[in-house]
Amino acid sequence: MPPLHRLAPPLRCLRLANSTFQRSAFPRPTPPAFFRAHQPRGQHTEAAPTTSASSVDHSPQSQPDRPQSKITYTADSYPNLKRDSRFKEVTADDVAFFREVLGSDNAIIDGVTKDASDDLEAFNSDWMKKYRGQCKVVLKPDTTEQVSRILKYCNENLLPVNPQGGNTGLVGGSVPVFDEVVLNLSRMNSIHSFDEVSGILVADAGVILQAADDHVAEKGYIFPLDLGAKGSCQIGGNVATNAGGLRLLRYGSMHGNILGLEAVLPDGTIVDDLCTLRKNNTGYDLKQLFIGGEGSIGIITKISILCPQRSPAVNVAYFGLSSYAKVQQAFREAKIQLSEILSAFELMDSQSQALYARASGARLPLESPHPFYCLIETSGSNTDHDSEKLTTFLEHVMGEEIVADGVVADNESQLQSLWACREGISEASQHFGGVYKYDLSIPLPDLYSLVEECRERFQSNGLMSDTDESKPVFDVVGYGHMGDSNLHLNVAVRRYEKEVEKALEPWVYEWVAQRKGSISAEHGLGLAKKEFIQYSRSETMVGLMKQLKKVYDPNGIMNPYKYI
Amino acid sequence: MSGLRILVPVKRVIDYAVKPRVNKAQTAVETQGVKHSMNPFDELSIEEAVRLRERKHPVEDILAFSAGPAKSQDILRTAMAMGADRALHVVEEKTDLEPLGVAKLLKQVVEQEKRNLVILGKQSIDDDAAQTGQMLAGLLGWSQATQASKVELEGEMVTVTKEVDGGVETVRAKLPMVITTDLRLNEPRYASLPNIMKAKKKPLEKKTLADYGGELGKRLKTLKVMEPPARQGGGKVEDVDGLIGKLKELGAL
Ligand SMILES: Cc1cc2nc3c(=O)[nH]c(=O)nc-3n(C[C@H](O)[C@H](O)[C@H](O)COP(=O)(O)OP(=O)(O)OC[C@H]3O[C@@H](n4cnc5c(N)ncnc54)[C@H](O)[C@@H]3O)c2cc1C
Repeated sequence: MPPLHRLAPPLRCLRLANSTFQRSAFPRPTPPAFFRAHQPRGQHTEAAPTTSASSVDHSPQSQPDRPQSKITYTADSYPNLKRDSRFKEVTADDVAFFREVLGSDNAIIDGVTKDASDDLEAFNSDWMKKYRGQCKVVLKPDTTEQVSRILKYCNENLLPVNPQGGNTGLVGGSVPVFDEVVLNLSRMNSIHSFDEVSGILVADAGVILQAADDHVAEKGYIFPLDLGAKGSCQIGGNVATNAGGLRLLRYGSMHGNILGLEAVLPDGTIVDDLCTLRKNNTGYDLKQLFIGGEGSIGIITKISILCPQRSPAVNVAYFGLSSYAKVQQAFREAKIQLSEILSAFELMDSQSQALYARASGARLPLESPHPFYCLIETSGSNTDHDSEKLTTFLEHVMGEEIVADGVVADNESQLQSLWACREGISEASQHFGGVYKYDLSIPLPDLYSLVEECRERFQSNGLMSDTDESKPVFDVVGYGHMGDSNLHLNVAVRRYEKEVEKALEPWVYEWVAQRKGSISAEHGLGLAKKEFIQYSRSETMVGLMKQLKKVYDPNGIMNPYKYI
Repeated sequence: MSGLRILVPVKRVIDYAVKPRVNKAQTAVETQGVKHSMNPFDELSIEEAVRLRERKHPVEDILAFSAGPAKSQDILRTAMAMGADRALHVVEEKTDLEPLGVAKLLKQVVEQEKRNLVILGKQSIDDDAAQTGQMLAGLLGWSQATQASKVELEGEMVTVTKEVDGGVETVRAKLPMVITTDLRLNEPRYASLPNIMKAKKKPLEKKTLADYGGELGKRLKTLKVMEPPARQGGGKVEDVDGLIGKLKELGAL
């Protein structure tokens, strides 16, 4: 990634290749801000709420310009979901208890004894503006002890709890469904220690990912996770969702990088497993249950994580290829020849690039179109060595005609423009109205067939046209983290229509299940995919999971109605 | 008219997206281990030269030139991958070259290589001197058009549009001439893989300052380099009372 500040690759604002410096204050503007994605965009088609499980992949997208009050309550868009009648409603007495525990007025938003609807709204609605809960009280503890006392109280009084980090989750897991108490970690945001020799960081769950990365960057390290929501999501939320992101190919998943954590169980027990050891084979590795547990068995309060050295030398190349077979060949070669310096291998089909160019007005890097494109990034410690390896690799893949054409970024702005071709797709795919998104793991050989079959489906059912406005579907595009066998299937639509959803679901899930893939590669289950878990996990597995949930959360107060 | 024999001087500078840091001794900017690339204005010059050829003007030869450390080779290769035909590198590791010195050097190159058009960046983003093109035109006694946002050619007449405060100015002159480029002139292309390979086989000639009579005569002395004063960090207040208290403390209320 761009050397020291690859400023969260994501949504490098859609802009012309190589034109960043054409801004007024030329000489060395601060590196381009990538997070322009949230600019309101005028002509967004008002999107009807959908219960489709599809959700966005991990690039920031402009959010439909929809006031929060217009978002349909989750309770209404999921009429089959009923509030669990065992749960008590929050009363003034409960609020008094919480206030006493928290000890500060800033730590509680009380909508029980007074009207606080405006203040509560941000905690009730999600990033996609697709889910909206109706909680009456938000608690923001700042110590583990407070979390413990609150959970114990809620558990004894059967008050359901919704743990919340930066609220950037993409599956409706971070906001209440009904009136669950929101326990928000934002005030637990201290960094406790960073060891410059081992690269081990110990910090509170509520530290913003960007802040954590900035902290370790000063010492020459990198937080082993990078994603579009970097400026808002919290490291606790990242762990709770086992977020994947752009560096997974290189640095591996949270399951490997998290060395230890501290968590609180519903009964108030503080699980202190804040280990800072790389090796610790003493019994079951229970912390793994919290990683990707989406707040279903407890609240993560602190984490200890191993950070790798930051790479000073970063190179990016972008290729055009004639077939998916060639893409696989190129990936194979990249692994062989670039092995330890390969840090990203991203796939984009021609439709996705055309869509990106059309939506953003950007110029594509290659003159003539190709059926497939790849973006390769290398990160290493020595520019000269890396360039040499990269050049040898490039000569090889060109010489063997594995790739048809390609470009290499000569400078930082080109590097960012090349990344924009990949990161801009997500935004582009909902530019024409809306998008059905699937974030899937599929074995590599089959990965792209899903996109082809999906496209055929819409061609034959007459729902798709890129010119005829009366057709709901605009185009079907495929792209993703080739290096992780992670495909993003996006069906760009002019408007949400039941027919489109019916053509996609459960067909996509069945297709993925037949190939032993996963219906949710990175984003988790939350509320959106809870119903579809059986496509990826056997009855036995789901049964075991439910047993575990019962052990740790016998009253079922943790993030109810979601996950499993 | 005989063909266009274009000279495009290029310079290796700290990548424009990298924030430069001043060294401990406050004598210069830290360059060790910092990403370098071609001065962005020079990319525009190369691009424009290549486009002149693509627009079917009789371009005989595009020569990319750089004076500087061995590493400058990288940007000369890039220039050739973008379309320059050959490159000339005056290898100089130590001295910081000054605009006048470079202009004198370029004058010799122009004469030896029989150039009739020089396209330079209007400035390089490291020292922002913005002098070389003008000095070169003066030394050669050629016409010059600075800050070009459009270059048109008809026979021996060159029409250059330049952006000035509040509008554009159009100037015309006959070859030979010196043109300096501005940001809106064009959008430089990426170096494509096939062209990068081809560039490897294009000739890159190496020379030293001695080949041009040695000493460039340094006239400027850098006394001190300083970073702009650091911005003072903000603080957070707990609540409205805190805010009011703070404002009073600062005398704003
Ligand atoms: C622009 C954008 C890009 C994204 N890119 C990626 C990507 O590349 N890869 C990827 O995998 N995901 C991606 N995501 C989704 C990703 O899951 C979240 O952004 C992030 O990991 C969630 O962190 P958060 O702090 O916002 O958690 P929230 O959204 O607040 O919560 C997410 C879930 O975790 C639970 N939770 C949060 N904090 C805690 C805690 N301390 N203890 C227990 N449970 C907790 C919540 O209850 C909820 O179920 C992206 C999202 C956006 C908006």
